[in-house]
Amino acid sequence: MGATHLLTIDDLSAADIDELMRLTDSFVEVSERRIPKVPALRGRTVAFLFYEDSTRTRLSFETAAKRLSADTMNFSVGSSSVSKGESLRDTVQTIQAMGVDGIVLRHKSAGAPKLITQWTDGSVINAGDGWHAHPTQALLDTYTLRQQRGSLTGMRIAIVGDIKHSRVARSNAAAFTKMGAKVTFVAPKTLLPSSLEPWDVTVAHSIDDVIDEVDVLYMLRMQMERQERSPVPSLREYTRQFGLTAQRFQRLNDDVLVMHPGPMNRGVEIAADVPDSVNGLVTDQVRNGVAVRMAVLFKLFSTTSDPSFSKPTIAAPAGA
Amino acid sequence: MPASLTSVSSVTSIVIKGGLVIDRSGEHMADVVIESGHIVAVGKDLSGDLVLDASGCVVAPGLVDVHSHLREPGMEEAETIESGSRGAVLGGYTAVVAMPNTMPAIDCASVARDVLAGEILTPMAELAALGINLFTDDGAGVQDPAIMRLAMEYAAGLDVTLAQHCEIESLSHAGHMNEGAVSAKLGVAGIPAEAEELMVSRDIALAKLTGAKVHFQHMSTAGSVELIRAARATGMSVSAEATTHHFTLTDSCLESYDPIFKVNPPLRTAADIVAVKAGLADGTIDAIATDHAPHTPETKERPLDQAPPGMLGLETALALALTELDLPIADVLRLMSWRPAEIVGIDDVHSGKIEVGAIANVCVFDPQEEWTISGSAMASKSRNTPYEGRTVRGKVRHTIVAGEAVVIDAEAQR
Repeated sequence: MGATHLLTIDDLSAADIDELMRLTDSFVEVSERRIPKVPALRGRTVAFLFYEDSTRTRLSFETAAKRLSADTMNFSVGSSSVSKGESLRDTVQTIQAMGVDGIVLRHKSAGAPKLITQWTDGSVINAGDGWHAHPTQALLDTYTLRQQRGSLTGMRIAIVGDIKHSRVARSNAAAFTKMGAKVTFVAPKTLLPSSLEPWDVTVAHSIDDVIDEVDVLYMLRMQMERQERSPVPSLREYTRQFGLTAQRFQRLNDDVLVMHPGPMNRGVEIAADVPDSVNGLVTDQVRNGVAVRMAVLFKLFSTTSDPSFSKPTIAAPAGA
Repeated sequence: MPASLTSVSSVTSIVIKGGLVIDRSGEHMADVVIESGHIVAVGKDLSGDLVLDASGCVVAPGLVDVHSHLREPGMEEAETIESGSRGAVLGGYTAVVAMPNTMPAIDCASVARDVLAGEILTPMAELAALGINLFTDDGAGVQDPAIMRLAMEYAAGLDVTLAQHCEIESLSHAGHMNEGAVSAKLGVAGIPAEAEELMVSRDIALAKLTGAKVHFQHMSTAGSVELIRAARATGMSVSAEATTHHFTLTDSCLESYDPIFKVNPPLRTAADIVAVKAGLADGTIDAIATDHAPHTPETKERPLDQAPPGMLGLETALALALTELDLPIADVLRLMSWRPAEIVGIDDVHSGKIEVGAIANVCVFDPQEEWTISGSAMASKSRNTPYEGRTVRGKVRHTIVAGEAVVIDAEAQR
């Protein structure tokens, strides 16, 4: 990566993503060790600044940082001066003053990670900003598909559900197409962005239109809590048109892969048994998430501080 | 600057020497002498106590802004009438209509007045008797068509103008920028052009029904310009303004996520800029307004969806119009001086003429001088200019308000 931040998939070229994937391979190997920890980022400090609830992304980043031996600092809205009305700028400058190498930010406002880059000398990693971007999710999903099939080139991927309000859909569409896949957004028009110009994707308005012609079904969570005026008449109707029901699952080719970023609404966008089937990759996604985030942290913080860490081979056994 | 203030106050006459006079009657080289608040002589080789050099400059009627926010009372940390007025005269303005969305709303003897704070009619007759002839709902358009109809019917009987902020809130309120390809990519909730156009369309229909005089504020979309053009073609008495930023900036500025570019109505597309410029050129849009909206730095450092909308305009509007519009200077002055004065109903004191007997509201500017815009160099208490670092052409040198030289050589005198 040329950049010192990871804000969106646009910050990365296909070659950058390939490099991160190879780096992830070595961290997957580390994660499989009896003591899955390396000293690669010893002495580095990473702050986690989460303005929005996120159990899995936060745990995944924390685990990744700890496996790299980085020091971590947690700053959550409920237990900090943020709840006393401190501005984002003051919070970031306070963390900066304590001496951190980077900040992992989750914020409900699109663009917040970009905004804070002007107030910190460290690297900023976007852990999800509003509807905008979730680049590490896209990287872990790309890695998971690559792990299954070797390459995304020519792969047909349908992203199904609430595209409009989904940072996962935006980042995944960007990453998948960048790596050579053909992406289709499957959603009612009320759940599509107002313009599709920014993506090289096709559109379908029913899951049945794509189900026989895909290699991957990427199911999104139906996020009712973010919508003031309901964009679908009912969840029942949504499931009828867009859910991966048991009947539809039966119809799928045997080798179709099913993914979901979690948390899932089993019975709404995805039938209860599907994620746990042989086609389901949900646990692979979560497992790979740690290794991908190790790769991202390693890449950003080792190059900004000590170039000798830039080779993955340096990530040598700690406890061996 | 007490010294110069004293010296200026003690002079009995001012002569503006060596400039090109451009007013609504035409243009000619002349000196202009001002005494006791009025223009007393226009001609060759004139003299006076205080000599203001206007060589290479245009000597024009003072600019009139139909749309500013001066924030007083209630938000004096962003702007005061004093700081806003200083910025205005440095920008060549000699009259500014202060919008009433202050806290509390301006609701008695001021130039403008909140017509309908929600759902009741304002006592327009009482205010009209005080000389107020422009009534506005700026900041929040009247949503209920029946209330708007009542307001128009009432206003029509008083011969006052209703200035309307056009925005259907149910379509716009969740948004923070123009709805389109840029907002889709950025993951930011959008405000569709139709939120404005539907209300323009509604109010044209209601103006036809009631015979009211309606002024459309800050028109931002190609569709709005087309609706107004069509209404005028039928002979209706509607007028409209466009802001400087709606013909100089597009929604792609928001790709930076910098709230400095957040404004309402939002910055639109390049195609909308073309349409707004065409509307200004052919007179469909009568006036250039600033919609000067100061905000303190801390509020403009919030994430985009939490920052307030608005940008500074008074100190940059003339230069941007001269630089960005491919129009003769006289047309720019029509859009920024005498047409807005007519809309506001102050053309008695802002006649648009540099002639003997006229009240001396004069703006002297060098149309060629290049300068670089800088928020920290402005008189405004706020710094939220979206044009930081932009080089523009056209610099105000002197401004005279009611016979007093309040700006001399680009310096405010008080």
